[in-house]
Amino acid sequence: MNRREFNKAAGAVAVGAAFSPLNVRAQARTLKVGVLLPRSGVQAGIGQDCHRVVGLAAGILKDLGLPGLEIMNGDTETNVDVARSRAERLISEGAQLLVGAFDSGQTTAIAQVAEQRGIPLVINIAAAPPITEQGYKFVFRNFPTAPMILGDAFANQLEIFQQTGQSPKTAVFMHVNDTFGAAMQKGFAGVLQKFPAIPYKLVDTIAYDPAARDLSVEVAKAKASNADALVMVSRLNDAILLTRELVKQRWTPQAILSMGPGWYEDQYLKTLTKLGDGPISFVPWFDPNKKLAKQLEAVHNKAFPEINLNTNHVYTFEALLIAADAFKRAGSADPKALADAIRATSIKDNVSPGPGIQFDAKGQNDKLKGSAVQNRGGKLVVVAPKEASEAKPELPVRPYDKR
Amino acid sequence: MALGLSVIFGVVRVVNFAHGEMMTLAMYLALLAFTALKLDPLVSMVPIAAVLFAFGYVMQAGLINPFINRPEHSQFMLLVAVALILVNVQLIIFGPDAKGVQTRYSFDSFQMGKIIVDASKVYAAGAALVVAAALFAFFRYTLLGKSIRACADNYHGALVVGLNVKRLYALTFGIGAACVGAAGAMLMAVIDVTPAIGPAYTLLAFVIVITGGLGSMPGALLGGLLIGLTEALGGVLLTPSAKSMFAFGLLVLVLLFRPQGILGKKPG
Repeated sequence: MNRREFNKAAGAVAVGAAFSPLNVRAQARTLKVGVLLPRSGVQAGIGQDCHRVVGLAAGILKDLGLPGLEIMNGDTETNVDVARSRAERLISEGAQLLVGAFDSGQTTAIAQVAEQRGIPLVINIAAAPPITEQGYKFVFRNFPTAPMILGDAFANQLEIFQQTGQSPKTAVFMHVNDTFGAAMQKGFAGVLQKFPAIPYKLVDTIAYDPAARDLSVEVAKAKASNADALVMVSRLNDAILLTRELVKQRWTPQAILSMGPGWYEDQYLKTLTKLGDGPISFVPWFDPNKKLAKQLEAVHNKAFPEINLNTNHVYTFEALLIAADAFKRAGSADPKALADAIRATSIKDNVSPGPGIQFDAKGQNDKLKGSAVQNRGGKLVVVAPKEASEAKPELPVRPYDKR
Repeated sequence: MALGLSVIFGVVRVVNFAHGEMMTLAMYLALLAFTALKLDPLVSMVPIAAVLFAFGYVMQAGLINPFINRPEHSQFMLLVAVALILVNVQLIIFGPDAKGVQTRYSFDSFQMGKIIVDASKVYAAGAALVVAAALFAFFRYTLLGKSIRACADNYHGALVVGLNVKRLYALTFGIGAACVGAAGAMLMAVIDVTPAIGPAYTLLAFVIVITGGLGSMPGALLGGLLIGLTEALGGVLLTPSAKSMFAFGLLVLVLLFRPQGILGKKPG
């Protein structure tokens, strides 16, 4: 080959590469997914819990015929500003899609970055409604908003009261005073009005500091209301503190109804043992009857036999499932193609209750269904809705001094 | 805990910004004693106070004494650095999760009419009173206590009469740290520990001693009582989420109308 021939051949290769429909990104075999979670700070326990499933997802996704994901981890340190800077850094380091970030405040910050940089964000857990009300094109949430959680909670409560024959007449509402708790508190009264059949009236609303180390005053005030039921929106540490105070202050409400994390978590069950039995958590959960839920639970239980499968695992796994599914259908890691593919998602074989995973025009999966999970003998038993349950609910709560 | 802060400031004139972190160290020691040796925190309080005494003595003798005559911001930075190191070491060793002990009286309470009192808090309060009484007796009736008070009253006078002031400072810091050690062990019976809780308790101790009078031991006790009552009453009568606001409101009032604290001495 002489110099002219070589130049011609090299030129042809260069032109061919430049106009090829498959650019470098499209040829990528794996998708670089930045997983942002609060793995240190106040929410570290929950962030670590969410992260457990990240390492397990690859095998299940492979079984489903989905492409591999290259995970890039980012710790938000339970701090909104750190969450924002970590998202920026992950994108700069090559993340093609973001997943995260458990907390509404941190997720809001990450969503702004994702939208500005044009990188899709699949929210695993975050309930504040405004996140998907901003007209964002790159933000998708496969997790119910606070009003959805509340709506399903009331629907499930009605089912439980009907099944058990219990109907508390009064309730006191206690909530942690952070972004999530405040959003739930705002939505609570509004959604309650839509359920006139709910038998109880709220006699008091008590907000408390998320970093509180002592909740004796709060529980004393709740007890003084003499309410039949205790309705809670809390986190893990405060759920443990509240239960200890209930025992010490010798008050067992007829029903303890939780609309947030904490009460169903392993640390709660392990710390309180038999004193942890009784509360019913109204949470986004998994449908124990679905095939993929059984597969995820089996894989999870093998890897972490001491830990129950829970919301953190299910929705973090589904966020990765959405990413892998969209990557496969898009055939490209181009952010816009990925966002378009996520918008067109239709996954029927999933883990969470409801008809499956799909997104509305705002990027919200509005078809998700919440569950009611009761603590019994250190286990978590799904008691509602009927179509996704495994046992009947038990009320009233057994008095703490008789356990 | 506030008593320890007050003792250290009253004598050494150093504000211990690592106070809360030293308390969490004591809490972790109580946790270890409970899990490894099944020692009740109210029992392990004594050896933990001794360990913290040694820690405080070494810290003062080796680290703080060279800073005694340096500007206050140098002392501040030194102790903030100590606090950060303590938090991060605890984070590395114990992790971020809350850890607690479950004693046989963890869930007990006493009922007096309509009032229910947490048994752990009653025992911890009793132990705190014993510690406070021992501290008062030490400073009032022992020769060493009187020497320390002499250092606090007149630094140069103490030097003139031949007192080894630096050793007495180290002893005082050790005694203050022992108070924190005892407080940490007692607190372990009441709340869970995480490495992150230190700063909140440092702040609380400051609020208490400034309200009662920085450097005054009876002031620290009175301040603790007043802040506790203010928070509890504010929480019950108004809103629990704002109970800290009432404590800080009281602090602002004290600073406005009696800047030296309720039982504090006017400077000069």
